[in-house]
This record gives sequence, C-alpha cells and structure tokens, in this order.
Amino acid sequence: MVTTVQDSSAQVVRGPATTASPPPRRRRGPASRRNDTWVAWLLVAPALVGFGVFFAYPMLRGVYLSFTEFHILSPPVWTGLDNVTELVNDTRFWHSLGVTVYFVVLSVVLGIGVSLLTAVVLHRLGVNTTVRGLMILPFLISGVVTALVWTWMLDPQLGIVNQLITWITGEPIMFFSSDDWAVPTLAALNVWKTMGYNAVLIFAGLQTIPASIYEAGRIDGASEWQMFRSLTLPLLRPILVMVVILNVISSTQVFDIVQVSTKGGPADASLVLQMYIYDKAFGQFDFGYAATMSLALFLLLVTVTFTQMRMARAGESDTA
Amino acid sequence: MNLSMKLGRGVAWGYLVVVLLITIFPFYWMLRTALSNNFAMSTDPSSLLPVHFTWGPFKRALGLATPAEAAAEGGSGASIDLALALWNSVVYAGILTILTVGLSALAAYAFARLRWKGRDFVFGLLLTALMVPSVFTLLPNFVLMKDLGLLNTFGGMILPAALFSAFNIFFLRQFMLGLSHEVEEAAIIDGAGPLRVCFRIVLPMSIAPMATLTLLQFITTWNDYFWPLLVTNDESVRPLTLALAVFKQSSPQASLDWAGLMAATLVAALPMLLLFVVFGRRLVNSIGFTGIK
Repeated sequence: MVTTVQDSSAQVVRGPATTASPPPRRRRGPASRRNDTWVAWLLVAPALVGFGVFFAYPMLRGVYLSFTEFHILSPPVWTGLDNVTELVNDTRFWHSLGVTVYFVVLSVVLGIGVSLLTAVVLHRLGVNTTVRGLMILPFLISGVVTALVWTWMLDPQLGIVNQLITWITGEPIMFFSSDDWAVPTLAALNVWKTMGYNAVLIFAGLQTIPASIYEAGRIDGASEWQMFRSLTLPLLRPILVMVVILNVISSTQVFDIVQVSTKGGPADASLVLQMYIYDKAFGQFDFGYAATMSLALFLLLVTVTFTQMRMARAGESDTA
Repeated sequence: MNLSMKLGRGVAWGYLVVVLLITIFPFYWMLRTALSNNFAMSTDPSSLLPVHFTWGPFKRALGLATPAEAAAEGGSGASIDLALALWNSVVYAGILTILTVGLSALAAYAFARLRWKGRDFVFGLLLTALMVPSVFTLLPNFVLMKDLGLLNTFGGMILPAALFSAFNIFFLRQFMLGLSHEVEEAAIIDGAGPLRVCFRIVLPMSIAPMATLTLLQFITTWNDYFWPLLVTNDESVRPLTLALAVFKQSSPQASLDWAGLMAATLVAALPMLLLFVVFGRRLVNSIGFTGIK
C-alpha cells in the first residue's frame, strides 16, 4: 500500500538510482539488473544440489545397478543382461505384475466411477464446503492407519462388517485371507482412501463449466443423463484424464496398505510389484535384481502414462 | 419442480448420505473400539457403542497403564512408545516441510522473477523429475544414505526430499509469474537488490500458495511409510506410521489388542484431524487449485 505511493515517485528517483548501472535503457521488466545472475544461481543452488545428488545420480545409479549382482555389503558386480534374463523367466515377477495390473484396474475403474458420480451429485445438489471437507477426511490419514482400521472392521470374527455379513448370509467373508478376495479388498481400501479427494478434484473441474450451458440444455429439453453424457463428460475430459493418470501412477506403486494388511499373501495372491521389489531388496538383499524390477516398473509407468496422454489428446477434438 | 426431479434429488441425497456414512464410519469405529474393554469386545462385537467404556486402551497406547491393568483389559504385551514416535513424526515432517517449501520458494523466485542465462534450461532440467515416479529413485537413494552413513538418522530421512521438489518449485513459479511487476519495480528503483525484493516483496506476496503447499507437504510427509521404512529400523527415529505397523506386527496374532491398537491409531491420526478442523476449508479449496498433488 505504501509501495504504490513510492511507485508514483519513481519517476523522480530514477535518475540517481540508475547511475551505477549501464546506460539507463531499461523498462524491460525488473529483471535486467546486473547482479541477477549470481543471485539467481545462489537461490537455485540448493534445488540443483538436491536434484543432482538425490535424483539424477540415484537415477543413473539405479540404471547401472539393474545390470549388476549387488548384495549391499560387497560392491556391485557387472553381470550384463543376466538380471533381464532372470526377469523374463521369473514367473513370480509376472504373477506380481498381473496382480498389480488387476489392482490398478479395479482401483481406477471403481475409484473414478464412484468419484465422478459423487462429484456430479455434489455439484448438482449444490452441497456446501463442509460436506466436501468430510469427503477428503480419508485422504488425510496414512495408508497404515487405513489398513489397520479396515483390517479390524473386516476381521472374520469380530469385525463389524463381517458381523453384518454373517447376520445376513450366515457366513463371514475372508476379505484379506482368501485368494479371491484379497486384491479386490485392497482395491476397495484404496478407493475408500482416495475417492473423496478425487471427487473434490473433479468437482473443481465441474465448477469451471458455465451454468449457462446447462440452462441451454434444459431449454432444449435434455434430460439429466443426456446433459451428463453430452455436456459434462466432454467438457470434463481434461480433468478426468489427469485424475486417471495420477491414479494409475499412484496405485501402481501401492505399498503401505498391502504391507500392513496382507503382506502380499495369502500365498502371493496380493503380491503387488512394489511389495515384491521390497521383499527382494530387503528380505533377500538382492539389490541388483530389485533395481532391475524397479526399472521395469518405471518403464511400464512411462509407457502407460505416455499412451494415456496420447489417447487423451486424440480425443480432445470432440470437445471443440 | 416436478415429481421426477424431486425423486431424482431424493435418490441423489440418498446416495450422498451412504457415501458420507462409508467415509466417516471407520473414524467413528476407531473411537468406539479405542474406548472399549478389549476382553469384553469379543462378547459383544456388533455393539455400536463402546463395550464396557474405559480409557484403558488410550492409557496402554500412551504407555501409562501398569502391566497388571493392561492384562486385565486384554492388552497384549506389545508396547509402543507413542510419545517418542509422535515426536519423531513432528521432527521429520516439520523440518522436511519447512526446508522443502522454503527452498522451493527461493528457486521459484529465481525462475519466475529474475532474468539470467540458462534459466529456462535449468528449469526444464529440474522439471524432468516430475515424470519419474519415486519408486525408481528409492532403492538407489537408500544405498546412497547407507554409503553416507545416514541410516537411522533424521538427516537420512529428511535430506533426499528437503532440498529439491520439482512440484513445489513448479507450482510456486506459476504463481509468482502472475504477480504484478509494479511493486517490485518501485522497490528496485528505490535501490533494493534482488534478494531484498525476494524476501520483502515477492515471498510475502506468495504467502497463500506457500501455506497451501506447506499443508499438503506436511500431510504427505506425515503419512509417508515407504521411505522411513527403508532408512530406519531404530525406535529412536522411527515415525508414527512405522511404529504403528511394527506395533501390529509384534502383537500376538491370536489375541490382538485391537482396542489398544485403535487408540494408538487415533492418536496417530489426531494431528491430521486437527489440521483438518483448522484448515479444512483451505484444503478443500486448494485441491482444484493445485491439481497435480
């Protein structure tokens, strides 16, 4: 506020202030002063060091370790493509990849479906911030807490959910300890934890759609469903694509809820990739091979993300 | 409003109530369990109210119960030093958040408001980190921490994420790009150097997005599990998430002290719930805003 006053006096002060710098031909924004360069490097330095030491270097090292035999205590030994061959023939790896894909598909399809529906309902009912706030409550707590409370609620004997199920069907469901239920249960936990956050994210996207579009639709006699299909969905596409990509990336790396609840069991039924990598590295100290699997997971993620973005872009035209 | 529309609204409200119930019920159930007598609970597992109301589980979780008291209410022998774990989480999440948001703000200022050679190249370089998921750098970073002798230290937990966060830099830069040049220009003409402009003008004007990032970063770090799991195995630095998991795993499977565990879980979640009460509105409004996080 005071500074605006100074602003008007700027014309007067300009003369003396610029004498130190080369010819007073500025007006190219405030950035054209001579001290900027070293100050800029100084300000960026911590980030650059962090980038180099804890991102770029580990990344290159990760690629290198992928082609070595490395057990932490002795230095890595270059083994060429041995790890890759092992990976290709490792049925447990392919199994865990399958489990991961199954988990991701269930989480994302179910999660986005419910989130979208919830967001639309929130939007159409004009619900206030408090309700949206309650929705994101699960987002605030850790995967560990999520896994613990649901393990308790889904407990075959004492869990409240199974009390209800036993009361209805006469038989409890072994949510975490049966082959068929383990992954869907974990996916449901993941959906529970992320749904509200995604819904609020999509809700924010809905708010950017002008109300006049819906009014026009209503005048044309469109039903709620028709408006959802031909107005909301296409206009929401960019946000939806982003939400899907983020969810695919995060659920592919799922770890905490699995490690706390099933530990990959029963009999590897819920052995997601990240769990297998962790087990290889810290259970069997086979760091080289664990690095190879991380690399594979990374390449997989890059491919999936890239494909999704391309598909999304290809579909963008129909909104225009 | 015609009948079908009323019906539609009814169904929509019904759906919303169910979703909210599923969202909130587990939190209530934690509380209900944490106030129950662990022995008595098995006789009446479906009671919606605490069974034989007692503060015992909280006492056990906080290490205030004598062994006799604990045994009488069905506590298992397993113990958890919740106060220590709570403190560790505060140190870990607190320091990391302050450092990463502060340092990101400085870098963002240099990228948004200063003109220097190589700026766009360096910015582009740093942004590449956004595309690489953390899973890929975690293992090599663990090896690095081991080489540096930083396992089981706060340094090892904090350092890798403290100096550099591509997302935070990107987000703050976007905000700072939109700030008006006028105030800044006036200060420069008054003879203020770039550092002075940064600390006295641009950073104070960026308080709102920095607060949002602080909140998000704190929540993420508080809830982080994988990285602390890799670099710590000592109680003295172990954060809450790990302590809880270890507590569960070290308890005898047959007679798990669910009441005590839920009490501990609630205590662990409490800081987040408090943040929610105080900043809930800001958080909700920031979600559409930040998008990527």
